[in-house]
Amino acid sequence: MPEEPGLILEFPLEHYRFEIAGEASSKIKQVVRQLGVNAQTARRISVCAYEAELNAIIHAYGGFMRVRVLPDRTELEVTDAGPGIPDIEAAMREGFSTAPDNIREMGFGAGMGLPNMARSADEFEIRSSPENGTWIRMLVRH
Amino acid sequence: MTLREMAAALELTIVSDTAALDQPLAGGYVSDLLSHVMGQAKAGQVWVTMQGHQNIVAVASLVGLGAVIVTSGVEPEEQTVNKAIEQEVALCMTKLPTYEVAGRLYQLDTAGK
Ligand SMILES: Nc1ncnc2c1ncn2[C@@H]1O[C@H](COP(=O)(O)OP(=O)(O)OP(=O)(O)O)[C@@H](O)[C@H]1O
Ligand SMILES: [Mg+2]
Repeated sequence: MPEEPGLILEFPLEHYRFEIAGEASSKIKQVVRQLGVNAQTARRISVCAYEAELNAIIHAYGGFMRVRVLPDRTELEVTDAGPGIPDIEAAMREGFSTAPDNIREMGFGAGMGLPNMARSADEFEIRSSPENGTWIRMLVRH
Repeated sequence: MTLREMAAALELTIVSDTAALDQPLAGGYVSDLLSHVMGQAKAGQVWVTMQGHQNIVAVASLVGLGAVIVTSGVEPEEQTVNKAIEQEVALCMTKLPTYEVAGRLYQLDTAGK
């Protein structure tokens, strides 16, 4: 079956590149707003994109984000080949973070990224292992 | 009261002056943790923080904040200021501690409501 049409955006995410961190998410927000997605929904998409982007940059030596914007929904898929998350259930808890001190000093490491994604997305799936890194898929209905 | 009038009342130094400052003052949010701001702050609010590095601009822009006030004499990094100007994020700084900024901001915001 042919894939549904939609606008596809792809972003490589680079490890510890704080000077460009958030740019992928800003681009995504800009595009969905231009396509007529309302401000509240664009905010939910921004939260999903930003938190996944920063996690790949901070915890996973970088990764890749693929976003598909369809008339009724936006799908985000973020993959990395990082160390994986040993205990996903623990990582999903508000306040859980392994961010090192130098990262915390910059205001990261509240342990709110994954909970923010799960709350903002209508569908949230995560898979992770030390061999394959982390894979996250989120869907936000418009 | 506009954000610009608020900045004058608090004697803030405006380091990135954008049209956002002409919006009305509509509440604030205080945190130094970026994911709390990302998850909780509302569009149009003023964000009070001691973080001065460049990632505050991405957060402010994504949330659509009215302005960011960097407190306690923290000097926003040069890239932070440049990015704020580029992305049209209003950015102010002050020597006042967060506590005092938040208290005065709250008074201005709720006066007459
Ligand atoms: N892509 C990833 N690869 C490896 N570990 C991850 C990844 N994403 C999250 N983690 C782990 O899960 C923890 C919780 O992630 P979460 O995003 O909720 O919080 P945080 O990134 O530590 O802090 P915050 O997002 O609030 O700045 C992280 O501290 C890290 O241990
Ligand atoms: Mg995170």
